[in-house]
Amino acid sequence: MNSYFVKRVIAMFVTLWLIITLTFFLMHSIPGNPFATDRNTNEAVQKNLNSFYHLDDPLYVQYGSYLKSLVTFNLGPSIKQSAFTVNELIGRGFPVSMELGLWTLVVAVVCGILLGVVAALRHNGIIDYLAMTLAVIGISVPNFVMATLLIQQFAVNWPIFPVATWSSPMHMVLPILALASGPMAIIARLTRSSMIEVLAQDYIRTARAKGLSPAKIVFKHALRNALMPVVTLLGALAAGILTGTFVIEKIFAIPGMGKYFVESINQRDYPVIMGTTVFYSAILIIMLYLVDLAYGIIDPRIKLGKKEG
Amino acid sequence: MEKVLEIKDLHVSFSTYGGDVKAVRGVTFDLHKGETLAIVGESGCGKSVTSQSIMRLIPSPPGKITQGEILFKGRNLTNVSETEMRKIRGADISMIFQDPMTALNPTLSVGEQIIEGIRQHKNIGQAEGRKAALEMMELVGIPSAAVRMKQYPHQFSGGMRQRIVIAMALVCQPEVLIADEPTTALDVTIQAQILELFRDIQEKTGVSIILITHDLGVVAQVADRIAVMYAGKIVETGSRREIFYNPQHPYTRGLLRSVPRLDADDAELLPIDGSPPDLFSPPAGCPFAARCEHAMEVCSRVYPNKTRLTSIHQVDCWLQDERAPKKMAARI
Ligand SMILES: Nc1ncnc2c1ncn2[C@@H]1O[C@H](COP(=O)(O)OP(=O)(O)O)[C@@H](O)[C@H]1O
Ligand code: SF4
Ligand SMILES: [Mg+2]
Repeated sequence: MNSYFVKRVIAMFVTLWLIITLTFFLMHSIPGNPFATDRNTNEAVQKNLNSFYHLDDPLYVQYGSYLKSLVTFNLGPSIKQSAFTVNELIGRGFPVSMELGLWTLVVAVVCGILLGVVAALRHNGIIDYLAMTLAVIGISVPNFVMATLLIQQFAVNWPIFPVATWSSPMHMVLPILALASGPMAIIARLTRSSMIEVLAQDYIRTARAKGLSPAKIVFKHALRNALMPVVTLLGALAAGILTGTFVIEKIFAIPGMGKYFVESINQRDYPVIMGTTVFYSAILIIMLYLVDLAYGIIDPRIKLGKKEG
Repeated sequence: MEKVLEIKDLHVSFSTYGGDVKAVRGVTFDLHKGETLAIVGESGCGKSVTSQSIMRLIPSPPGKITQGEILFKGRNLTNVSETEMRKIRGADISMIFQDPMTALNPTLSVGEQIIEGIRQHKNIGQAEGRKAALEMMELVGIPSAAVRMKQYPHQFSGGMRQRIVIAMALVCQPEVLIADEPTTALDVTIQAQILELFRDIQEKTGVSIILITHDLGVVAQVADRIAVMYAGKIVETGSRREIFYNPQHPYTRGLLRSVPRLDADDAELLPIDGSPPDLFSPPAGCPFAARCEHAMEVCSRVYPNKTRLTSIHQVDCWLQDERAPKKMAARI
């Protein structure tokens, strides 16, 4: 195995461990406990509950046993929804969230790149100005405002799309649009500026001198180089989309993980807070790793960790 | 001799915020089959614009061919459609640019960049294209070409990259090869090798070459004919011998004085004083007048006629006029 990748994997685990540790102690430093909201629980019951969930153990003991169970991918039971384990909650919520997140990413990337390319090719033309105005709107309007606007326009004033729940492709359109508009705008602007720069490069002139068609020049020669900065940004955008799903799921009443995550914090459902955080952190860390890999595939000059001969 | 390319009274302008830059102002020359024509002149005199106009590659807007004809085997390239022009680029007329470090796409293997050129113009498969590319890489002197064609530009040295660029330009067996400062970015020893390669390839393929350079040293090695360009005009044309041993235009003489010469290594190098005129509003008369030690009253008012000295040697200078003082001829 290439030593770079070994180092990367080790770094990934260290990062994850830091996140777990920080979350664990921060979470326990928030005042309150899982049973504080249930007014009627008397002291004896509370004591029993605490000892049942080992909440009366010293913090470092709890921390140790949490890490131990984590190694076996066991995220523990939910305190508030005692019928379920955290693994089960993630198993129910995550597929929906993932569907929302992935579609958002696909829409943002595909539409963003197309918009950016068209704007670059029509540099300083009407289409360029239109696309960039749209992009500025997309960047400056927060996704929850966008969601409300979309619902008002396309579900109330002009009822083409249903809102709430996640039962058919038609239900998915508005949440995906609301969540994708920001990242799409960022990608469009970045693609445009980097495309304009690439189109002025000598090798594009060389490609034209070979008699290649404009389509070949754009898609084979320019786009690949122009997408490098976009790929770099993809990790950060994915993180944004991930946190965005919490808000969007709430607005559109989508039964994803966002619901559990937000509720768990309000209710101090410690295992669920930990479980969702660890799970999402792991996903993000893996995403960033994949972005690095993609970088090396797109640009042959970047040979990760390999020495040039 | 058969003419493959005839440029007639070519004018090219760039419209900018400051006004029109008249970069090329009435350039006329022919290119004969199998010859190497060098176009020399100081930087900014319009060499690149002339060559890119032939390929119709000047950025447009702002650039525009405002007047003149470019005849390739009798066909006027200034008014063929863009689609037609694409069929000519790379297949009939090819171009090599100055900097091999930036002329190749960093994200595609060099083999692919050569192959796509052939496949654009010839109806052949990838395997056949690969074979042709391999042969061409061997022809331009790239060792272990089969391995190297899978590599990327950054894995090659400057000289090797320029060989790749040359292979790319020649792979469709074009009739005309335009090389715009092909050796300027390279070390002196590599320069000599590349020039050698041009000569070699011309012998093998019979391609006609337009070699553009600001360096008379480069020209001395390979050119059959030389056109000297100044401020958007060709001011003197002649065979290599005529230009080197019997230069008539004061600008040509100035250029010759400013290059190191092997036969007179203790001679002083004299750069030409002053700078070329502003091309926004070029002078009505001889553009060299402000820098010319022989300038006469008429020079700055009226552009000189073309004087034919031999079948190929011609010059635009008032000193050739019979009314001009004759003291100049003795000096060089
Ligand atoms: N895209 C452009 N816009 C405006 N002016 C240009 C452009 N390209 C070239 N020119 C002008 O045309 C003139 C000739 O340039 P060029 O042909 O590149 O000179 P060189 O002889 O060094 O190759 C220069 O004065 C330059 O400023
Ligand atoms: S025309 Fe006059 S100014 Fe121009 S080069 Fe000849 S002598 Fe000099
Ligand atoms: Mg030039």
